[in-house]
Amino acid sequence: MLNVALPKGRLGEKVYSMFEAAGFECPSIKENNRKLIFENEEKQVRYFWVKPSDVPIYVERGAADIGVAGKDILLECEPNIYELVDLGVGKCNMVVAGPKDFTDDGTRTLRVATKFTNIASNYYDSIGRDIDIIKLNGSIEIAPILGLSDVIVDIVETGTTLRENNLEVKTKFLAISARLIANKSAYNFKREQIERIVSSISSKM
Amino acid sequence: MIEEKLLKNEEKAIFNLRSLYRKYGYSPFKMSKFEEYDLYIRNKDFLVSDRIITFNDTNGKLMALKPDVTLSIIKNSDDTPNEKKKVFYNENVYRVSKNTHRFKEIMQAGLECIGDLDLYDVFEVIRLAAETLEQISENFVLNVSHFGLLQKILGDICPDAGFSEKAIRYIEEKNIHDLSKLCADYGIEEQKAQTLATIISASGERKKVLSNLENNCSESDLSELRSVSKMLDALPFSDKILFDFSVVNNMNYYSGFVFRGFVDGICDGVLAGGQYDRMMKKMGRKSGAIGFALYLDLLEQLRTENAEYDVDVLLVYDSETDCKTVAEKVEQLIESGKTVSAQKCIPEKLRYKEAIDLRRNPDA
Repeated sequence: MLNVALPKGRLGEKVYSMFEAAGFECPSIKENNRKLIFENEEKQVRYFWVKPSDVPIYVERGAADIGVAGKDILLECEPNIYELVDLGVGKCNMVVAGPKDFTDDGTRTLRVATKFTNIASNYYDSIGRDIDIIKLNGSIEIAPILGLSDVIVDIVETGTTLRENNLEVKTKFLAISARLIANKSAYNFKREQIERIVSSISSKM
Repeated sequence: MIEEKLLKNEEKAIFNLRSLYRKYGYSPFKMSKFEEYDLYIRNKDFLVSDRIITFNDTNGKLMALKPDVTLSIIKNSDDTPNEKKKVFYNENVYRVSKNTHRFKEIMQAGLECIGDLDLYDVFEVIRLAAETLEQISENFVLNVSHFGLLQKILGDICPDAGFSEKAIRYIEEKNIHDLSKLCADYGIEEQKAQTLATIISASGERKKVLSNLENNCSESDLSELRSVSKMLDALPFSDKILFDFSVVNNMNYYSGFVFRGFVDGICDGVLAGGQYDRMMKKMGRKSGAIGFALYLDLLEQLRTENAEYDVDVLLVYDSETDCKTVAEKVEQLIESGKTVSAQKCIPEKLRYKEAIDLRRNPDA
């Protein structure tokens, strides 16, 4: 039985339909109930919904053999896993955004509010800019408006929230999409089944 | 005589491995828990983490609780031409846990072969790594790669050191899609990028991987892999030793064969090792070295059956019971093969099969 961790929400549903189209369906998943684990004995797959940011943890710790997680989450928590396929869905960008009238002139430490402290630090390290990181857990856009930070580092899909809050994208520095990941140990012992899923999904993309 | 069922997984492993390593002429290496801090500062990239527990010795010297065993073994080895030093160890090391971010005591077992090495030594150590895994579980896989060959392939495609460093990170993740993007960023021809992807994605059965490499690598580049693979063919567990380029170690220290072992039921690699000739050179040694470590703490993850009872017999007595009677009863029960816990009251959490009451006044 192959355990598959899917991210709860719109992306997870889209990704499940990719597994379904590749021949690894599990009809009970579409029943409208509060169950979190779904199994198809015949196809030897068991799906479960978890919080998107928890998918790499389930996979790295071996509770799930494979899973689907955004590249943003993978870069942020740097799990020790295999990243087998870029699924090409859930596309968005990691950006630096700030008030329209703000320009970073490099004269003082830049205050950056973000959920993604690791990604933001790595990005600013790569360009040699000194920053002060402010870790927030939500409503990041509000930080520069209230003067808590100069800019934010966040994922942007359409940019509507930014525009509505009078913010603009200053730099796009990373393209994000959903990735199929696998536990390193499980890959060795369930190699055939994982490779079959990988090649079926890749061929349908 | 030690009853095997009483031993934990890691204790069983240590017993069995000790006898295995001795058979191949490896002698035990015992070292102090402490080492001069300076040794680690000079070689900190070799360590898994640069955070080390330090303290001042009575003479003022800055000391460290060992975060690693290999460096101490190299430090204590001489460069003797044509000779080989073969040692095994079973030591505790002190490292920061990735999950709790606190120091943790980790028990490691392993071996090192240092000196004038040839392909036989490489084969012997890889074979012992596989046998080590087999002692833990029949269901194991040892993934082997050749770091020198990988670096040559990458260097031939793009001489930029930055490219190799980034590419190796993607190869470690089996991340072909980002590796292809990296090739495009470095302006590498599509055909070359495609060849690289084909080489890297080949993993598994050794013969299959070798035939895949034949089309893209020269025979001299493949000679070491081919020779060792042929020797491994003769082993009974040969099909569990695979080739896989995603096994990657620090490029500043490792040069030739590198390998990582997995056991079904344990979520992470339990064994890691390789040839660290560059590390030897860095420490002023002319000879080569190969070795591996087994992370015994991970063996806890292997399921073992939980005992239904803590003890077979609970023997209850009180202050009026004759101590001699208690002692005799305990001996008698143990002789009949039972485990006994003599108690003055019935412990709330103790799980026992039967109770024998020796109290003179049970209602008191």
